[in-house]
Amino acid sequence: MQFNVNHPVLFLLAGIIVLVVLAQSVWFLRKAWKRGMEIGMPMGKLKRIVIGTAVFTIAPATAIVISVISLSKKLGIPLPWMRLSVVGAITYETPAAANALSAMGLEWAKVTSLSATEYVTVASVMTAGIMVGIWLVPVVGKKLISGMINLEKRDKKWGEIFSASMFLGMISAFLGYVFCNFAGVFRGELSGLIPPLVMLVSALMMGLCALALKKLGWRWMNDYALPISLIAGMASAIPITAWLG
Amino acid sequence: MKKELSYLDSVHRDGRIWNLSVMVILLLFPVAVGLIFHAGLDWRGFAFGMLATAPMYWAVGVIETFTFVPMLGAGGSYLAFVTGNITNLKAPAALNALELVGADIKTEEGEIVSTIAIAVSSIVTTLIIVLGVLLITPLTPVLNSPALAPAFDQILPALFGGLGVVYISRNWKIAIAPVLLMLILFIAIPALGKVVSIMVPVGVLFTLAVSRILYQKNLL
Repeated sequence: MQFNVNHPVLFLLAGIIVLVVLAQSVWFLRKAWKRGMEIGMPMGKLKRIVIGTAVFTIAPATAIVISVISLSKKLGIPLPWMRLSVVGAITYETPAAANALSAMGLEWAKVTSLSATEYVTVASVMTAGIMVGIWLVPVVGKKLISGMINLEKRDKKWGEIFSASMFLGMISAFLGYVFCNFAGVFRGELSGLIPPLVMLVSALMMGLCALALKKLGWRWMNDYALPISLIAGMASAIPITAWLG
Repeated sequence: MKKELSYLDSVHRDGRIWNLSVMVILLLFPVAVGLIFHAGLDWRGFAFGMLATAPMYWAVGVIETFTFVPMLGAGGSYLAFVTGNITNLKAPAALNALELVGADIKTEEGEIVSTIAIAVSSIVTTLIIVLGVLLITPLTPVLNSPALAPAFDQILPALFGGLGVVYISRNWKIAIAPVLLMLILFIAIPALGKVVSIMVPVGVLFTLAVSRILYQKNLL
């Protein structure tokens, strides 16, 4: 069989893996939904979570499609499709593939076609290089979760502060990340202002949503505030980049 | 008599089975391609490729596991570590859903909310990617257009602006120190932008330490 990076067999193999992972999501969704009903969570509440999350996911998922398109120029469609549906993220997949190609004496930017051996090697490095989380969660997950629950039992208030601190720790790291090109502004490179301004627009839009919820009584706004602020921030990036980019 | 598993125990049991099965299936992909197309592995390329890739991403994998599992709960974690895109999609989806219904991740309700949010986010993402793959020819010029590129380049600032304002306004006493620290670090050392995954646990540990001091001094 003549190999090419878009061979139908590769679509079939990638499709099987994507289906298995989709089945895992459906399994856990069904299980959690059933348990939610058993403990008396109102159906309306569960539906709000589903709809709110689905709407929020559209924009970031579209960005992942762009990553698939970007990687498909070198690796064909099936491998990026599978990698970015399972485990992967563009920040990992490109360097992993580039490292594998480089180790075989090839250059990522100059690759136009791959042999079956090169493809197998690239796919192996991409797969094995980011496998840790998949097996480590089954190994340590139960202990970590039990530790959190015990913490809450010992001191409820500290347990609540602990959760809030973890979320804020993550958020503060990303707020800092938004400013990682800010130093350039002092040298006259105004493009460093783009991410902070986009973040500001998004934050202001979230504030407006909260105001609409409180003052106008638009309760539906609560469910869509994050997707609205996300889209507003992304949309504002277009004129802001044209202005400062 | 067989002991009945609690919901959480059954989540751990199912999660372990699913994750380890997916791991095996993923590893079988390159093996199957090699067998079908009669191609072996370039062992030298694999070894050096892994040497250049694994140390950094295995370390990140370990750090992410210990950072995100307590945030996402059991079901959410098993799913998120299989479906990926944790920081830019799954964790914000879970946080947003918990905030939406006012649930705490350490309760059973929080566990259920986080699992549903991450499962729905994974399903929607998978379906959108399938749609993108099916429509790749007409979609490529649209999604790759220079006009739209800035919007997709700035997805993280747009995401964490909205999410940040909610959490910071609710917990501003806890937020001041880590936000200031991270701003100073990232502005002073722009290269940290390339290792943001490593800075997440730094932010988490620092915030926990500050919170503990404030809590012991009855300032929270």
